[in-house]
Amino acid sequence: MATEGTYYVPEQSKLPIFASFGLFLTVFGAANWINGSDNGPMMFMAGGFVMAVVLWNWFSTVIDENMNGLNSPQLKRSYVWGMGWFIFSEVMFFAAFFGALYYIRNFSLPWLAGEGDHSSMTPEVLWPGFEAHWPLMTTPDMAANGEAAKVLGPAQNMSGSTVENVWSWLPLWNTIVLMTSSVTVHFAHTAIKKDNRKGFNLWLGITVLLGFIFLGLQAEEYIVAYNDMGLTLESGAYGTTFFMLTGFHGAHVTMGTIMLLVMWLRSMLKGHFKSDDQFGFEAASWYWHFVDVVWVGLFIFVYVFG
Amino acid sequence: MLKQAKSCFAWLLGLSFTSQFALADDVKRWGVNMTQGVTDVSREIYGLHMDIFWWCVAIGVVVFGVMIYTMIAHRKANGAKAANFHESTTLEILWTVVPIIILVIMVIPATKTLIKVYDTSEPDLDVVVTGYQWKWKYEYLNQDVSFFSSLSTPQDEIYNRAPKGPNYLLEVDQELVIPTKQKVRFLITANDVIHAWWVPDLAVKKDAIPGFINESWTYVEEPGIYRGQCAELCGKDHGFMPIVVRAVPQAEFDAWMNKKREAAAAIAEAAKQTLTFDELYAQGEAVYQKHCAACHQADGKGIPPTFPAIAGSPIANGDMRAHIDRVLNGGQGMPPFGEQLTPVESAAVITFQRNAFGNNTGSELQPIDIVNFKQGL
Amino acid sequence: MAHGPAKGITRWLYTTNHKDIGSMYLWFSFLMFLLGGVFALVIRAELFEPGLQIVEPEFFNQMTTMHGLVMVFGAVMPAFVGLANWMVPMMIGAPDMALPRMNNWSFWILPFAFAMLASTLFMEGGAPNFGWTFYAPLSTTYAPPSVTFFIFAVHIMGASSIMGAINIIATILNMRAPGMTLMKMPLFVWTWLITAYLLIAVMPVLAGVVTMMLMDIHFGTSFFSAAGGGDPVLFQHVFWFFGHPEVYIMILPAFGVVSAIIPTFARKPLFGYASMVYATASIAFLSFIVWAHHMFTVGMPIAGELFFMYATMLIAVPTGVKVFNWVTTMFKGSMTFETPMLFSVAFVILFTIGGFSGLMLAIAPADFQYHDTYFVVAHFHYVLVPGAIFSITAGVYYWLPKWCGNMYDETMGKMHFWMAFIGLNLTFFPMHFAGLAGMPRRIPDYNMMFADWNMISSVGAFLFGAAQLLFLYNVIATIVSGKKATDRVWEGSHGLEWTVPSPAPYHTFSTPPEVK
Ligand code: HEA
Ligand code: HEA
Ligand code: HEC
Ligand code: CUA
Ligand SMILES: [Cu+2]
Repeated sequence: MATEGTYYVPEQSKLPIFASFGLFLTVFGAANWINGSDNGPMMFMAGGFVMAVVLWNWFSTVIDENMNGLNSPQLKRSYVWGMGWFIFSEVMFFAAFFGALYYIRNFSLPWLAGEGDHSSMTPEVLWPGFEAHWPLMTTPDMAANGEAAKVLGPAQNMSGSTVENVWSWLPLWNTIVLMTSSVTVHFAHTAIKKDNRKGFNLWLGITVLLGFIFLGLQAEEYIVAYNDMGLTLESGAYGTTFFMLTGFHGAHVTMGTIMLLVMWLRSMLKGHFKSDDQFGFEAASWYWHFVDVVWVGLFIFVYVFG
Repeated sequence: MLKQAKSCFAWLLGLSFTSQFALADDVKRWGVNMTQGVTDVSREIYGLHMDIFWWCVAIGVVVFGVMIYTMIAHRKANGAKAANFHESTTLEILWTVVPIIILVIMVIPATKTLIKVYDTSEPDLDVVVTGYQWKWKYEYLNQDVSFFSSLSTPQDEIYNRAPKGPNYLLEVDQELVIPTKQKVRFLITANDVIHAWWVPDLAVKKDAIPGFINESWTYVEEPGIYRGQCAELCGKDHGFMPIVVRAVPQAEFDAWMNKKREAAAAIAEAAKQTLTFDELYAQGEAVYQKHCAACHQADGKGIPPTFPAIAGSPIANGDMRAHIDRVLNGGQGMPPFGEQLTPVESAAVITFQRNAFGNNTGSELQPIDIVNFKQGL
Repeated sequence: MAHGPAKGITRWLYTTNHKDIGSMYLWFSFLMFLLGGVFALVIRAELFEPGLQIVEPEFFNQMTTMHGLVMVFGAVMPAFVGLANWMVPMMIGAPDMALPRMNNWSFWILPFAFAMLASTLFMEGGAPNFGWTFYAPLSTTYAPPSVTFFIFAVHIMGASSIMGAINIIATILNMRAPGMTLMKMPLFVWTWLITAYLLIAVMPVLAGVVTMMLMDIHFGTSFFSAAGGGDPVLFQHVFWFFGHPEVYIMILPAFGVVSAIIPTFARKPLFGYASMVYATASIAFLSFIVWAHHMFTVGMPIAGELFFMYATMLIAVPTGVKVFNWVTTMFKGSMTFETPMLFSVAFVILFTIGGFSGLMLAIAPADFQYHDTYFVVAHFHYVLVPGAIFSITAGVYYWLPKWCGNMYDETMGKMHFWMAFIGLNLTFFPMHFAGLAGMPRRIPDYNMMFADWNMISSVGAFLFGAAQLLFLYNVIATIVSGKKATDRVWEGSHGLEWTVPSPAPYHTFSTPPEVK
């Protein structure tokens, strides 16, 4: 590590080239796997392993540098900017899927049903009998082709619950769990700022636990959907948007939980983070808040007004 | 530098001068401008095109004029000394406002034309246009007339083994016929991928989206033949799915429709007849060369792996129903021919495939079998 | 200086130096330009005359697709990132990029991504053949199996772009030398700041749309299938929400390069600096609300049609401000016409012509006649080739002496320019005519009425290609054996990058420079 003058200039690093190779191997393996090639899974696994090792080393290096006081305030600010813009890119990724949901509900389904003055002939010629409702239980294919339809809608959907049994409505519990975890992670933050190590560990531990609970409930929801509700990725536009939105969110919760877990272990085992220096944790908690905000969007647009 | 600017300018001027001649038929080879077309809408669009073009030329003359002047006048080699100004709010406002004014002037007629194009109400005739890979199907709504229209240019012309005719790639086996002086509405959709139905002379270009109906319309005053092409990349033969529209007076149109209906009745009638094996084989061979050889090749060897061989094919030598199903309903990459071939033709081509190229099932098929198959029997 | 570059291949594999990484980006981009150019030459050779001569339609479509993809994602974008890597730290007085290791990662993903993309040419069923815009369902249900590799290649090159953009933003916002306020930054830095913002906003959307494709192809979802309630047009909306900002991603840094070069050779400060900044920001903003001008014929409701027409036309205003500013910068200057200036002046003229045809396309009813014809092909090559490519070329000539310490051969540079200029106009100007006369794009064969224009285009393309070989030779000759360049290099040059020696030291600034 070279620190020249007031400026920070890192030395060479083997990490990026291995990371590129690992990333390539992962996606190349995934593509082969999906296309049915026998060595796909192996390549995918190997790539994932390389990535894991590289990331482990990469983060260790960054942490070591920081612990050794090599990071200038300027570099620390760069990390802050980096994380902030990364989260912005994630926002845009979700925006694409929310956009798709919006478009399907507000444009393509009504048009398929002949609403709007420029598509009145669509159902008449192509999908006789189709009506636009959300959640979409009867796909255009079913309306037009009955038994012979290839794309079937779900038997049941996830939306709104009646007032009486709202407490047995899983999405509500998921919301409560995730909202709470956003609060607890905030408590952890205030704790570490006051140098309250015990409080930090406790609140962060609870947050991680809540993350796992959320994931468990989400898994349960999927199992019920597939086994009992006839709701799958293949059940038309409803299943498509439901699983893609909640699925990507779930993947992000998994990522976030792992990040927070690592932070918790670092604090528990190594005593990392100080009252004036805890960006690693902060970055993870920003990510967590972001995931939480996405969920609120999901809860409203996928479940409540579903 | 000077030369460069000049040549640019010359290009622009060239464009504007030559465009004057573009309308004359005899310079078709060096066509430089948009067609005026044969409808009200197409002429309005042509007008918009020329308006915006002249605005651009005018702005170009001013901007490039100043540039050329300064490049001549303010060269260091000519002893020019650099001034030092670098701001002028007046100028900045001026060249923000003037373009806005020009844009507003343009946008008004454009909006009017667009509203006109979008008014598909009260048609006299509805035609459902469906894009297939790589042909068009035309169906006169509620008139019991429908047919396919595909490229009729021979392979030999495409592969430079025969001289090309004047309508090379712009000719079809069956034209779309519409009446003149009638509002014809096109209900455009597709069966597989997105295509676009475009006839420049009518200024109609609309994407054919599978699963949705897009509407467009035309009102042709003069009888004539108007040619166009598919305008959305739709796979291998995107360049080979032309459109030909023949506009005829109403009386002629009615007569044509009647002939079409009679022909349809004749086909239904023909499906009841029984043919001999030799008749089937001979007719089948003709159908094969016309419709199938492009992919499966004249010798039945195909182009594996993309297009399987018919010679020795498990399907052409196996279960008859599977064979019928493949031909009528298609498969991965194999287009469905059920609506395009008459029952007689289908029966013939299947019989042919099962007995040609060394295939030797000895089986034959009658048109009525096809009719029954289609009805699920 | 404490240390210089490491020796051997590991210098490039393990580097964290912005100059090394910049050079790698630029060389990679040039390689991709040649590859994309070879694909273009296959297209032009087939279109030389009517009939099918050289390639089958199936392969022709693969060429069109790969040409577009390689040029856009492999040639133009990496070239600008390369220029940013080299110049942004030098221009703002920073020692390096903000996140140097991630910088190297961003670069090294690219060779892998493009190797994967190019390998599809050898796969069963062939390479992607659905156009660089890959409209569903041609790119989903009807696509060759290699589409899966295409999707993952897009994913990782997107990741590379996002990381690159984050790095550039962090550098610009965080690493400026004391005194380098935002409104003192050179325009190249400004345009890149805004471009990077666009990149971070839209590359994830591209990732989203290819993910939807992947799901539709392999996991039975119905995003783009009407039978299940989706819509093929949804694909186009999401794609163009990315795609339109993408075209400005390819031109805003070009504006920056030209805004650096013209004042130097006019020996006069840039006219209207502040309005240039605001114009760039307006273009970026507008670029998010015009996407459906690529979709005027898909059958949108008329309200959408009108909205997108108006918004698109508005872009002419801030772009016009830029053109007028450049012209006024030249006005009453003391001009010389070295190679970078030649390319820049040609940029202004020819880009404007491309902008004019863009404005024509924006008139929705007229676009019904232009859409998917060679008129569109003419439009976007005018903004991309004499636009993006010329500005990159100008930038390379302009900064090459600073990079390698040697002066390029001016005569050869001028020859390159004139060959490129003539070749390009021969290639792309006739396309306006062919398009207006009714020639659709993406076709391997056509009626004789388009034959003459196509023949001219094809000849021009080979001339333009030959010019690029001259460029390659000139650059290599300069690096190996050019005359020594001065530190200032150009008589009229201003800015921090000209205050350091030529070649610029491996670590430019070890302490913050003084900014006046
Ligand atoms: C660098 C890339 C770039 C740039 C800068 C632009 C700039 C513009 N483009 Fe272009 N465009 C593309 C790349 C680009 N485009 C590509 C790649 C495609 C095709 C994609 C595909 O389908 O494969 C495309 C397609 C495309 C279409 C769709 C056509 C179709 O498919 O039917 C349209 C339609 O509106 C359009 C419009 C515009 C406009 C209005 C501008 C404006 O920004 C131009 C503004 C500039 C000027 C107008 C000139 C200077 C201004 C003045 C001198 C001021 C005064 C002028 C007036 C008031 C007239 N473009
Ligand atoms: C920045 C982007 C960029 C650039 C620089 C170019 C550069 C060129 N483009 Fe392309 N083009 C696109 C972006 C670009 N293009 C896009 C996005 C499309 C749409 C794709 C689609 O429809 O999906 C397209 C489509 C497109 C088409 C339409 C294809 C079709 O619709 O079927 C054509 C046709 O002529 C064409 C030609 C050319 C030519 C001749 C060049 C030339 O400028 C290339 C010059 C370079 C070289 C020639 C290589 C250098 C030289 C050598 C390798 C040495 C050998 C050569 C000799 C000795 C002569 N391009
Ligand atoms: C556009 C190209 C194309 C045309 C034209 C075409 N086919 Fe095919 N055909 C295919 C493809 C591709 C397959 C493989 C499809 C599959 O396996 O599902 C195929 C498969 C077949 C098969 C099954 C062969 C086997 O062993 O798998 C038969 C039989 C057949 N076609 C008959 C015909 C007939 C009869 C015609 C003309 C009336 C015809 N085809 C026209 C592309 C074409
Ligand atoms: Cu059909 Cu192109
Ligand atoms: Cu655009």
